[in-house]
Amino acid sequence: MDLMQILHGLLFDYTLRTVALGTAVLGLVSGALGAFALLRRQSLIGDAISHAALPGVVLAFMLTGVKGPLVLMAGAALAGVAGVLLVIAITRNTRIKQDAALGIILSVFFGFGLMLLTFLQRDPDARQAGLNHFLFGQAATLLEGDVLVMTLFGGIALGLLLLFWKELKLLAFDRDFGASLGFSMQALEVLITLLLVIAIVIGLQAVGVVLMSAMIVAPAAAARQWTDHLGWMVALSGLFGAAAGVAGTAISSLAGGLSTGPVIVLCISAIAAFSLLLAPNRGLFWAWQRRRRQREVFA
Amino acid sequence: MQPAIQVNDLTVAYHEKPVLWDIDLEVPRGVLMAIVGPNGAGKTTLMKAILGLAPTAAGQVLIEGRPYAEQRRRVGYVPQRGSVDWDFPTSVLDVVMMGRYGALGWFRRPGRRERTLALAALEKVDMAAFAQRQISQLSGGQQQRVFLARALVQDADLYFMDEPFQGVDATTERAIVGLLKDLRAAGKTVIVVHHDLQTVPEYFDWVTLLNVRRIAGGPVAEVFTEENLRLTYGGRIAFMARPAGVETPRAETTGAEAGAALAAQPSATL
Repeated sequence: MDLMQILHGLLFDYTLRTVALGTAVLGLVSGALGAFALLRRQSLIGDAISHAALPGVVLAFMLTGVKGPLVLMAGAALAGVAGVLLVIAITRNTRIKQDAALGIILSVFFGFGLMLLTFLQRDPDARQAGLNHFLFGQAATLLEGDVLVMTLFGGIALGLLLLFWKELKLLAFDRDFGASLGFSMQALEVLITLLLVIAIVIGLQAVGVVLMSAMIVAPAAAARQWTDHLGWMVALSGLFGAAAGVAGTAISSLAGGLSTGPVIVLCISAIAAFSLLLAPNRGLFWAWQRRRRQREVFA
Repeated sequence: MQPAIQVNDLTVAYHEKPVLWDIDLEVPRGVLMAIVGPNGAGKTTLMKAILGLAPTAAGQVLIEGRPYAEQRRRVGYVPQRGSVDWDFPTSVLDVVMMGRYGALGWFRRPGRRERTLALAALEKVDMAAFAQRQISQLSGGQQQRVFLARALVQDADLYFMDEPFQGVDATTERAIVGLLKDLRAAGKTVIVVHHDLQTVPEYFDWVTLLNVRRIAGGPVAEVFTEENLRLTYGGRIAFMARPAGVETPRAETTGAEAGAALAAQPSATL
């Protein structure tokens, strides 16, 4: 299959088009919100939320017996929020620092989720099949209904991000000053965390709980390399995420056995690596060149 | 006349350890006041508590006779320069426009009017040429000027500045002093957390000496005495003859030592 065929497939093959649309939406939303997480030095929260979501997905299925996107996403979101609240509670009330609290919650929730999964797998009822796709994602299973739900919630998240743009910028840059102006920084923190939960939850089915945090961190880190403007950074981060989603879908459709999630993550990692090395000004390669030229001048 | 700031019985504690203990403070309108004291004395915390940014265990704060929440629009704030990430992807002009966000309120975006005001404020701190510059390209002194410009566009009656002279060059220091005196001349009240005892009599007309408790406060000429400084800094103060021939005390102890010395004999501070 050559490039034209891939393009043709993305545009006209119904299944491939649906999957590509879904992964593009998830890349766009996680990229845009990941930019704020990165600037607030809260990227690891994304990792904790996505791992914490696993038991929520399994429990939602166990309680309802339904595998529809809304039910599973609601379970994932509730568990993700519970994870964040526990991290906050631990950091506030004990001497344990946030990084350790994140690690604790991440592993406890994830371990609990894995245990529930293996427990379910012993069940002869075949309906549970597919839940373990939430580990590493299975973009090929995205249906039109899934994509619709992802687009709806992703759209809401991006809309709120734009609506509260000025206030969220204040939160990210200078929390105390923002609070002195009378904006409730706590409310804004809750808002941005909920938006991050949405971004993560809509990506879980395609990318999986293990790798989802890459979709939060990598596009943002790549975008920061290319621009010094917040608006451009968020836009570029979303664009990188979406591009990685579509490219990953296309590549994994070429090599039949590859699951899409990991390929998408490899694509965004490649974009991030390229940006870290070669972006003008901030790229490591140019910094290295500047040092070498300096050494020549002063030697 | 009603004081610009009135603080009654203010106590702030972190993890049950008092950072500020039973502070009473009255600042008249139109003064340039320094808050001085050793490291860990609670200077920044006092400022944050007045601005409602630090949770208080007890006490009351009134700005022009009313709670801070009702007087926000009349207050400008310059946080410590080191408290933000200067690698944040934004421009000088954008940071200064943040000073208008309070007046804009929720959802409304800054427009041409805010831009004009921000540019005028940058002009006042001699930074107009840097408006489009990315903030990571600024020197320490320039960063401080940007923060001052952001407070200036707030167009406030009271200004709170946390260590505005910290790590700035001599030119910027002179520029900031000029700005402070202009503000006072315009009838504003300015509260500054300050580190350098030597410059207090030159820059300020009012002073509060703080070390967890309020040791002394009032006109610099009356309360900025060797005796009070000794009480504030725990007794170990060296005297240095200044070029002008005026003797001004200088603290030699680190804050931790002074704090420990103070804790050993708390009754001496009262």
